[in-house]
Amino acid sequence: MSLSNKQRSLFQSRPARLAQAAVVAVAVCLSLGVTDTSARFNDVGRKLICTCGCAQSLLGCDHVGCPNREGEMTQVRNGIAGGQSDQLILDGMVERYGATVLGAPTTKGFDLVAWIMPFAVAAVALIATIFLVRNWAKHQPRLADIPMTAVQRRADEAMRERIRRETDTEGDL
Amino acid sequence: MAAFGSFALLIGLALAAYNLFAGGIALRLLAVGGPARVSPERLAETARRAGIAGFVAVTAAAFALIWSVFHNDFSIEYIVEHSNIALPTPYKFAALWSGQEGSLLLWAWLLAAYGFVLRLTHKTDVKLHAYAGTILAGVQVFFLLLLNFAAPPFALVRGGIAPEDGNGLNPLLQYPEMVIHPPMLYLGYVGFTIPFAFALGALMMRYPGEKWIHITRRWTMMTWLFLTVGVFLGMHWAYAVLGWGGYWGWDPVENASLMPWLTGTAFLHSVMMQEKRGMMKQWNVWLIFATFMLSILGTLLTRAGLVSSVHAFAQSSIGPWFVTFLVIIMAVCLFTYILQRDHLKSEHRVESLVSRESSFLFNNLVLLAACFTILWGTLFPVLSEYVEGTKKTVSGAYYSHVAIPIGVFLLLLTGVGPLLAWRASSFRSLRRNFILPGIAFLVTAIVCIAVGLRPWADEGVFYSLITFSLAAAVATAISSEFLRGAGVIHRQTGKNYLSSMILLIRRSTRRYGGYIVHLGLVVIFIGFAGYAFNRSVEKPMGFGDTLDIGPYTLKNLGNTQESNPNYDTEFSQLDVYENGKKILDQPMAPEKRVYAASGQPQTMVANHSTMRWDLYVVYEGRDQATGLPLIKAFLNPLVMWIWAGLMVVVFGTLVAMVPSLSPARAVATVPLPDPGTLASRTPAVIGSGD
Repeated sequence: MSLSNKQRSLFQSRPARLAQAAVVAVAVCLSLGVTDTSARFNDVGRKLICTCGCAQSLLGCDHVGCPNREGEMTQVRNGIAGGQSDQLILDGMVERYGATVLGAPTTKGFDLVAWIMPFAVAAVALIATIFLVRNWAKHQPRLADIPMTAVQRRADEAMRERIRRETDTEGDL
Repeated sequence: MAAFGSFALLIGLALAAYNLFAGGIALRLLAVGGPARVSPERLAETARRAGIAGFVAVTAAAFALIWSVFHNDFSIEYIVEHSNIALPTPYKFAALWSGQEGSLLLWAWLLAAYGFVLRLTHKTDVKLHAYAGTILAGVQVFFLLLLNFAAPPFALVRGGIAPEDGNGLNPLLQYPEMVIHPPMLYLGYVGFTIPFAFALGALMMRYPGEKWIHITRRWTMMTWLFLTVGVFLGMHWAYAVLGWGGYWGWDPVENASLMPWLTGTAFLHSVMMQEKRGMMKQWNVWLIFATFMLSILGTLLTRAGLVSSVHAFAQSSIGPWFVTFLVIIMAVCLFTYILQRDHLKSEHRVESLVSRESSFLFNNLVLLAACFTILWGTLFPVLSEYVEGTKKTVSGAYYSHVAIPIGVFLLLLTGVGPLLAWRASSFRSLRRNFILPGIAFLVTAIVCIAVGLRPWADEGVFYSLITFSLAAAVATAISSEFLRGAGVIHRQTGKNYLSSMILLIRRSTRRYGGYIVHLGLVVIFIGFAGYAFNRSVEKPMGFGDTLDIGPYTLKNLGNTQESNPNYDTEFSQLDVYENGKKILDQPMAPEKRVYAASGQPQTMVANHSTMRWDLYVVYEGRDQATGLPLIKAFLNPLVMWIWAGLMVVVFGTLVAMVPSLSPARAVATVPLPDPGTLASRTPAVIGSGD
């Protein structure tokens, strides 16, 4: 099926070309996010702990003859090969090895507290500090406004300029 | 020797107890005044001398244990558990801190050594040193009680019959760093007792002014340096020995060392505000209290087995002792604070949100937020077990989400803080100081994306990009501070830029030493950012087999087994080629050892390290299917930057500890305003400003 000249010019117009470029760029970006099987294995593996008692991550456990590592890894590989989602694989691991197999708390129930607490504490402390500093700044005792003579003002400005020129900084050199 | 050691510990306890009680009574008498049967000054002096003698006693005990290790005295239980005849000499020293009792003895000895120096330098301020020495004696009494009654290092073997050989040192500890990492860490932990004792003492006696901070400044910095080096040596040990390709596993014991480091760092910054502007006195006192308590908490976590850890070798049942001690310390600190709170009123307050003072406040905030996050993550398994009945695991997967953003923010403040002026910064100075770092940030981000970093594809890459960009900005900011200062001196003195920069640093060692430390941290953060790009390959390798990773090809020259009295070893010899060209004269030889005394296996990693990346090769054991050695190779970018950054931090801290050049002084005679009231002319001393 051939395109008419009008249709061809529509596809070749500047807006159309920009739109095509945008679509290609989005497609490239999305394709960069697509992971292969080994990357998925590493991603899931990083979220799991070896349950042999070594307290290391599943991918990090290097014990000779570790009784658990291979079993856990096989289950992850089988899950990926079987087309399971990451979450389904992790649920299966929890079902078999218990909640300790997960390297981090989940985002449900009491576990959520583990995630919220650090940010909540930091946010409260940050807001409190800003509030405190603003309050201090507002209630800072002000110097009495004593009128300066023209000579004093010139001397003051000259001194400031000299300090600025000699130190080239407003800090404490 | 066991009897000698036990006796020395007992005498050490008696002397420390005398130091505590006699010192306490003397200080009380001095405080209330009035007539007394004994002279409080003389009583305090006897207490001080008891403290000095205590050091001799504890040194004798430590010597007795080392002597026993070197003479294979297997009548002592501790020597049986932590040494054997074939143990190489350096590791015989390491046996001192490889177990519970020995490491407590090391702690007590270091505490006594710090106390010895403190008591010898008492003339700086006799009364303040008397307070600090007495508080220190209290801490010494606790550790010596432990050593005498809860964890005696000289306990004899059960049954009284000494075996012919010991069980040997834990294989994990048979690595060069282990000879130096624990003492460094302990020097850090124990060292924070000194500023703690001075802070508490100064508060108890309502010490006027900030002199106690000047007295303890070098103590604190040296302690901080020891802790920093100890933490990084621990990282290097984990990297080289544990064989999982990383250097920080967010293990509870690693976390325990990081927490006092964070609060200690916060203290080092905020104490400057107290020195310069008489601010944040209450905050500083609590920071140093918290740092000391976190050091004790770290020991509790290591010893009590509250949480699962790779440091499980050090666990025992002395947890309740540490909990009790922590409660007592907390109570004493709280009581003293409530009683003397009015003494800690600030002389000034922060005047602007955009000032050096507020940057210190935010820096403290971020450091403490990091400390809280780590403490929270470390203790969450215990909390979840209490609430839900299930012990949840909190590992790197958690910390990479919560701690890394805080770390990145901290890196930002590392650069922003030095650019702000005291009291308030004008918009003009902000624009002038931030324009170059801002450009450096943007250019680095664009270059990183141009060379292939895809921050939208992976969270780790996103943080790496931010870190690289911030590192460039902070490095630019700090460098411009150096160049600006050197430029002023160059214009004033006509010296060349290098000499001007050296003079600049010598004139204000503390300030520019601090900037060098910040630069070191930037380098370290660059090293951390490389972690997002780690990759690994695993393969069973027979003779002649090859394994490709990045630009490298490993070729197996053969697999060998050897034995010596200490261990049996299996290793592969691997030639390394980069883009087809052989790059190493000697082949890499990752090995797996099995120690004779304990029968435990241990990995010995082979590592080829460059500034760009580490080729890190592990002999994992035999592949069950093929029977061939299983070789795992990692390509870890930028790891060497971490160790290089540490060197810069060490250098910067040492610079900051050197006294600054004093401005030259000249005597000038000035006429008095009213000659009639005074008959003579008075000389006045003025600084010439060098």
